[in-house]
Amino acid sequence: MNIVVLVKQVPDTWAEKKLDPSDSTVDRASVDAVMNEMDEYAVEEALKIKEAHGGEVTVLTMGPNRAVEMLRKALSMGVDKAVHLVDDALEGSCAIQSSYALAQAIGTLSYDLVLLSAESSDARMGVMPALLAERLGVPQLSDARKVDVDGSKVVIERMTDYGHDKVEASTPLVLGVVEKINEPRYPSFKGIMAAKKKPLTTLTAADAGIDTGRVGLATATSSVESFTAAPPRAAGQVVKDEGDGGVKLADFFAAQKLI
Amino acid sequence: MLAAAFGEEEFGVLDFRLSDEQEMLRKTVEHFARTVVAPQAEELDEKEEFPYDIVRQMGEMGLFGLPFPEEYGGMGGDYFALCLAIEELARADSSVAITLEAGVSLGAMPVYRFGTEEQRREWLPRLTSGETLGAFGLTEPGGGSDAGATRTRAVLADGHWLINGSKAFITNSGTDITRLVTVTAVTGEKANGAKEISSILIPVPCEGFRVSSKPSKVGWHASDTRDLAFEDITVPAENLLGERGRGYANFLSILDEGRIAISALAVGLAQACVDESLRYAKDRQAFGKPIGEYQAIAFKIADMELRAHTARLAYYAAADRMLRGEPFKKQAAIAKLYSSESAVTNAREATQVHGGYGFMNEYPVARHWRDSKILEIGEGTSEVQRMLIARELGI
Repeated sequence: MNIVVLVKQVPDTWAEKKLDPSDSTVDRASVDAVMNEMDEYAVEEALKIKEAHGGEVTVLTMGPNRAVEMLRKALSMGVDKAVHLVDDALEGSCAIQSSYALAQAIGTLSYDLVLLSAESSDARMGVMPALLAERLGVPQLSDARKVDVDGSKVVIERMTDYGHDKVEASTPLVLGVVEKINEPRYPSFKGIMAAKKKPLTTLTAADAGIDTGRVGLATATSSVESFTAAPPRAAGQVVKDEGDGGVKLADFFAAQKLI
Repeated sequence: MLAAAFGEEEFGVLDFRLSDEQEMLRKTVEHFARTVVAPQAEELDEKEEFPYDIVRQMGEMGLFGLPFPEEYGGMGGDYFALCLAIEELARADSSVAITLEAGVSLGAMPVYRFGTEEQRREWLPRLTSGETLGAFGLTEPGGGSDAGATRTRAVLADGHWLINGSKAFITNSGTDITRLVTVTAVTGEKANGAKEISSILIPVPCEGFRVSSKPSKVGWHASDTRDLAFEDITVPAENLLGERGRGYANFLSILDEGRIAISALAVGLAQACVDESLRYAKDRQAFGKPIGEYQAIAFKIADMELRAHTARLAYYAAADRMLRGEPFKKQAAIAKLYSSESAVTNAREATQVHGGYGFMNEYPVARHWRDSKILEIGEGTSEVQRMLIARELGI
């Protein structure tokens, strides 16, 4: 089973994030860049499938030069090879454009599974699994909290508000996984040393056959018109329990139209 | 690290940057420390529980095997890699950091440095995987720095050592996964009348091996520290580690390396004090603005950063000399002395920045304050370091 895992470098989840006033994109220069935390679950799931069923795991990202650090991390976790789609023309691409570019890059690789996490911690749109499945013309298994692979059949437990659905499809397919599906491994020192010897390929937009008129900030399908800083959190209301705390809380929630 | 860059140009390049691999190791351990260790630190400290689960995970990451060759189950890294890991762990929890430090440099390293091929093959794979822990018993109730005052005796008869005596403050010696305690013992008298001291491997638990209950310590609550008593313990003659009579000398060389690792640990604690103070000074308001905007606080934190940074350079420099095979006794003593005193000062100042909250155990700086003092005592006191530096200067 050959697996392509999509990963994205995002501003450190723990850091204070800002928007760049000049073009309303995330100011990525001022904070540390890390692998989107949920992507670590996707990488781990791919490695577990590979360990159980064989095959090869390729990690793919679209991002600036510094994204190489993140690819090395994936390689040090045990991924076999990395592909880096990097081109100035891609900067500022919206989700729809990114799905086009990524689908083109995936097209240069052979895969049974395209594995990715449900969302990234910076954009938080959660649409990429669906967009990619459509672009690639393959089934989509999304929001998986458990994955079973049996030959070319993949069965997942899809997380829902009420529990889970059991969904199955045959490869090739796009598989989106949710957080906590597994416990991502830490790279071992051996893994770190081995990572630098593994293949890391760079693709330009042209290499992937991407029409540069269809990507980038200028032709993005969505844009940020304006933004303001979030207002500071207002002081909370203290409900003192004088034997009637429950009633007071209920009144408070009712006033907020929460119940 | 540093060595690689030298000699590349005619005049030579001084390079204190970490390589990509060193940086990735540092970041990996930093992430582990921040997301796995730090959230448990307060509870482990309060309950004085040994961090078995964290040790298991550190084992899986290969941290216990960092400076050992792969043929013994190691990771094929070096001592500096170990120091980087220790520093990052200490930013979250000194008890966890010292568990790794002692496990590697006191548990496994003596076996690697002085053991026979058989001893290495028997012990190292288990120790370098973190599956089991080894401890080193040098200090006795009646003598720490004065190792010559060793009273523990080992008598060789019928192909076996008969060991009697006691040891004090032995790290990692009483955990559920401790399987080896190496002890120094008097094995005879030298021609000049001085004690002949040798090191002997004791597989534990065994008959006659007594471990004290947990002592009540000021800090390092989650680290395992015990007093040990040996009552007629018998081990085979081949459990002698290194040459007979070289036990003390061998241990001193292990101690020199260990000082660099303890220095890294102290730097981690000193840096943690900067991290916590910075966070608090930006957040805490007094008289209408964050306290970090007052020079009295800002200068304190600047001085804390100054000490952490300088101490780090000191241990990098000592590790650099050690890895190049150059004499490093003085540099290790300087690094150990400066960084441990910096850690104590930073912990005191960080507590001050936090005001009354700094005295509350729910704030990490309170733990750092309690954990810092031992750094001026263990692995050679500050006085011993000054003595070593002075000796190296020829006075």
